[in-house]
Order: sequence, then structure tokens, then C-alpha cells
Amino acid sequence: MINASLKQLSQALAAKQISSLELTQLFVDRIARLNPTLNAFITIDAEKSLAAARAADVRIAAGTAGRLTGIPIAQKDIFCAEGWRTTCGSKMLANFVSPYDATVIRKMESEAGLVSLGKTNMDEFAMGSSNETSFFGPVRNPWDTERVPGGSSGGSAVAVAARLAPAATGTDTGGSIRQPAALCNLTGLKPTYGVVSRYGMIAFASSLDQAGPMAASAEDCALLLNSMAGFDERDSTSLERPAEDYSRDLEKPLAGLRIGLPKEFFGEGCDAAVMAAVRAALAEYEKLGATTVEVSLPNSHLSVAAYYVIAPAEASSNLSRFDGVRYGFRAEDYGNLDDMYMKSRAQGFGAEVKRRIMIGAYVLSHGYYDAYYLQAQRIRRLIANDFVEAFKFCDVIMGPTSPSTAFKLGEKAADPVQMYLSDIYTIAVNLAGLPGMSVPCGFVGGLPVGLQLIGNYFAEARLLNAAHRYQQATDWHLRRPLGLG
Amino acid sequence: MSLTLEQVHRIAHLARIEVSASEALSTQGHLNGIFQLIEQMQAVDTTGVEPMAHAQDLAQRLRDDVVSESDRRAAFLAVAPETEAGLYLVPKVIE
Repeated sequence: MINASLKQLSQALAAKQISSLELTQLFVDRIARLNPTLNAFITIDAEKSLAAARAADVRIAAGTAGRLTGIPIAQKDIFCAEGWRTTCGSKMLANFVSPYDATVIRKMESEAGLVSLGKTNMDEFAMGSSNETSFFGPVRNPWDTERVPGGSSGGSAVAVAARLAPAATGTDTGGSIRQPAALCNLTGLKPTYGVVSRYGMIAFASSLDQAGPMAASAEDCALLLNSMAGFDERDSTSLERPAEDYSRDLEKPLAGLRIGLPKEFFGEGCDAAVMAAVRAALAEYEKLGATTVEVSLPNSHLSVAAYYVIAPAEASSNLSRFDGVRYGFRAEDYGNLDDMYMKSRAQGFGAEVKRRIMIGAYVLSHGYYDAYYLQAQRIRRLIANDFVEAFKFCDVIMGPTSPSTAFKLGEKAADPVQMYLSDIYTIAVNLAGLPGMSVPCGFVGGLPVGLQLIGNYFAEARLLNAAHRYQQATDWHLRRPLGLG
Repeated sequence: MSLTLEQVHRIAHLARIEVSASEALSTQGHLNGIFQLIEQMQAVDTTGVEPMAHAQDLAQRLRDDVVSESDRRAAFLAVAPETEAGLYLVPKVIE
């Protein structure tokens, strides 16, 4: 049961081969045993999880269950969940118990009946690519516990990779679902911007943030996305579109699929062995009937630079709400109101968050706004236009998710710029607002490699189809780390 | 571009983050490294390119002006550091 797919779990629950209570207990016990080593969860509450499982069993018995009712899930600690401590990986919110549910939580738990196993560790306010900026300590990669799991959704990635949960939620502002999925051998999907509601998801960069599923397979991701997506009037950027079944095209043959290979993603800057694994995956796609064509994203090399203006600018505005007045941390000793703000924020935020807030404050300040913020937005347009042009020649774009496999804890922590470059292949997708995935495609020195799939706007079902057919032909996504017990 | 220590202090003040002298020094180094990365943008001619603020070009939705939320004042005040008589408490602003 620990390694079962969501489809198998759904069938087992429906056939009464196992109850949600038994299933949840299995994962609760596994978390108690392995989380002290891996640090994937910040908050667990077995009683709450088991109570939700009992409620799911009632629904199953009453015949009112949905496909996912009773299946346990790990929730990234960026989603406000009523009655659960919701920290966003920060001292600022270390004692914040949310008085309300994010829409994602409401849809997945109250409506679909998934059972929360707890809140997963993450880089502080989702700002990081290694999970090392968490106030609650780093998460360890189960493929090598001396290495990082990636970030910012590192806790969610490890929870699923180590089978502490069958699946998890993540969020992705510049690669935070796809990069940890790649580094931990998972399948992760960042939907088109606006497909999943941001209500109750603690904001980092509002024009880029998007939630999505992290699981073992594309099929699992499709089932999860069905429960997460949908219009929400509480999110002003939520898109009003008819509901979709994201699993509808999973089995479609890939014959005739045109795969675009951006020459900028296949040049220098990527580890040679990682690139070899990606090339092998592309050869597999050709065997499945797809064709490849070279395309170009001539401005993609500017994406990291533009992102580190736009994301911090939005973050400096979003994080101004943490002032020690209405919620969150307040310093012990302070003088006047301004001093209270300054000390509460100095003590409540970690170094990386402070750096990004300060970059944001600077690029938005008088005299620099045009040169930095507007210039970054113009480059964002050029990057988005590159994708429009490329999709004239292909259906899906592919390349590496990350330029390297999981790096060692501490290896990049001292140099922010080196850390930022971990996301060179993922950031452009957020700037354009496109859907992107990472799919397991091999190993280098025992560490997983991810293949990135990028689709046109609203092409989630097509991406999931391409990933699923590849996973029918390969077994990389079924490999599990050994030695965990 | 290179930020001076004085500029670092000014930015920290704009961001309402207290920084000590030693923190300002390490922050200066880190920020200058990041701005070196950002500077790549300046070589690009973007004349005539419309700035892109958002992934989807959408008009703001309007809704009817009706009550849609219930009164949860107590629950929301309960998570504040300090409250009194239904109000958030902060240091005295007007002497």
C-alpha cells in the first residue's frame, strides 16, 4: 500500500480492501519513524489526520465518496488550513494557526475528501531552491541524505519520494514544484497561471505563483489536478473556464507529437550526464512516434535576471503585511511603532527573505523603477513572445528540468547567485505563465534526473498525456530510494 | 552598478528591516552579487516593447456589492500578537 498509485488506492478503498483509517495510520506511523531523519514535515497532527480518515470512511460507507476520498495527502505549509499551524517555513509565522482554509485545501479536503497528513517543510516563504532557508531546518533527500531535495517544495517532494505520503501539493514561482520533483524522482506539474486558485496560498510573487500536484506518476498528478483546479471568485486572477478532466487524454498515442527542443536548453551550462539522460528520454519519445524539431527561445538567458527583479518586487509588496500587528511574530522589545516594525521584521525573517525584500524595495524605488522593474517586465514580454513563436512549430517543448542532480547540503547556501542559477530552465515558464512538468528520466551516480515538459497555455492534459505514455514505456518513476526501511 | 553601505541602510529602512553594521556589510556583498546578475538586462534594447505585468491579459472582474462573508472578527483577532476591546494594539502613535 505504501507504494500504491492513487488509482490503486482509490480502487482498494472502494472495494473495502482497506479503510481510510487503516491507510492513514500506515502513513502516520511511517512519518513518525522516518520524519526525524528527513524533516519533510513541519507540522503533523495524527489525531486530526485520523479524524479526517474516519470522516472519509463514513462517506465511503454512505456511497457519497469521490475518487480521491480517503486517500492521504501531504500539504505544503504555504496553504492556510483552518486549525492547522501554517508557517510558510518562517519564524514569522511559527505560531500562526490559520483561521481559514485556502481554496486548494477546501477543494481537496472538504470536497474531494483527501486526508491531510500534515504540513510539509519548505524554503522560507518559498524563496529558495534547496529547502535550506527554512526556519525549521533543511530537508534531506532520501536518495542521499547528505544532499538537498531541491526547493522550495522540498518537504513535499521528500514526503512523496520517501513514501511518507502517496502524493503532495506544491507551489511553483520559478521552479519550486519541478526542480524538487527532478531532484527526488517525482512527477510534478505547474499548471497554467490562473488554473488553480491562489486564495489562502501565502503570496510570494503573485503574478508567478501557481500551485500544482507532486506525485509518483503523471496519472496521479492528473487525478490530483482534477481536485485542485477550477474558477474561484476569491482569487482575482483565477480564470473562468469550463471544468476539465485532466486525465481524459492520458492514453492517447503519441504518434505525430512534435517535440520542440530549444537550442538554448541544449548548450553549455548543463551537466553532461544529465544531458545524456535527457537525450535518452527524447530517443524513447521518438520510439513512441514523436518527432523532434529544433526551436529557439532567444531571450531565455535573460529569464533569471528578469525574475530576480520581478519576483522580489512583488515579494517586497506582499511581505509588507508581516509587520507584527495583525498576525505573526512581534519582537519582544521595541520603542515606537516604526521600531516595532523594524525589529519584528529583522527578527522574524531569515537572511534570504530579507535580501529579496530589499532587492524589491530598491527596484521599485524612485529613480530605479524604469531601469529595473519596467525593463524586467519588457524582457518578460520578449520571453513570453519567444514561446508563442516556438509553439508554432511544436506541441510540447522538452529539455532538462535542472542543470544538475541534487547538490550537497551547504554547497550553494553561501552564494545566492549560484543558488538562483539552479532554476535556469524553469523560470522562463513562470514568466510566460505556461504549464510545465518534470518527469523522472534516469539516474546519474544514483541520483535522479528530471525531464522538463513545457506546454502551451491550458495544455495540461496534453503534457500529462505525453508524460503518461513515456511512463508506460519506462520505469524510472517507479524507482524508490533504498535503505530507508 | 554597486550599492554603497549608505544605500544598503536606506533600502533596509524602506523595507522596514533593522540591520546592524555587520549585517549591512554582508548584505552589501550579497546584494551587489545579485545586481551583477540583474545588470545583464541593461544590454537589451527593449524600445517599443510593452511591459508585461501579468501572464494573462485580463480585465478586473466586478461583482455585485453584496455581503458575501460572515463575521469572523473574533477568530481573526485571536491570531494577533496583542489586542484589546476588539482592536489591534500597537505603540502609541500620537503623543
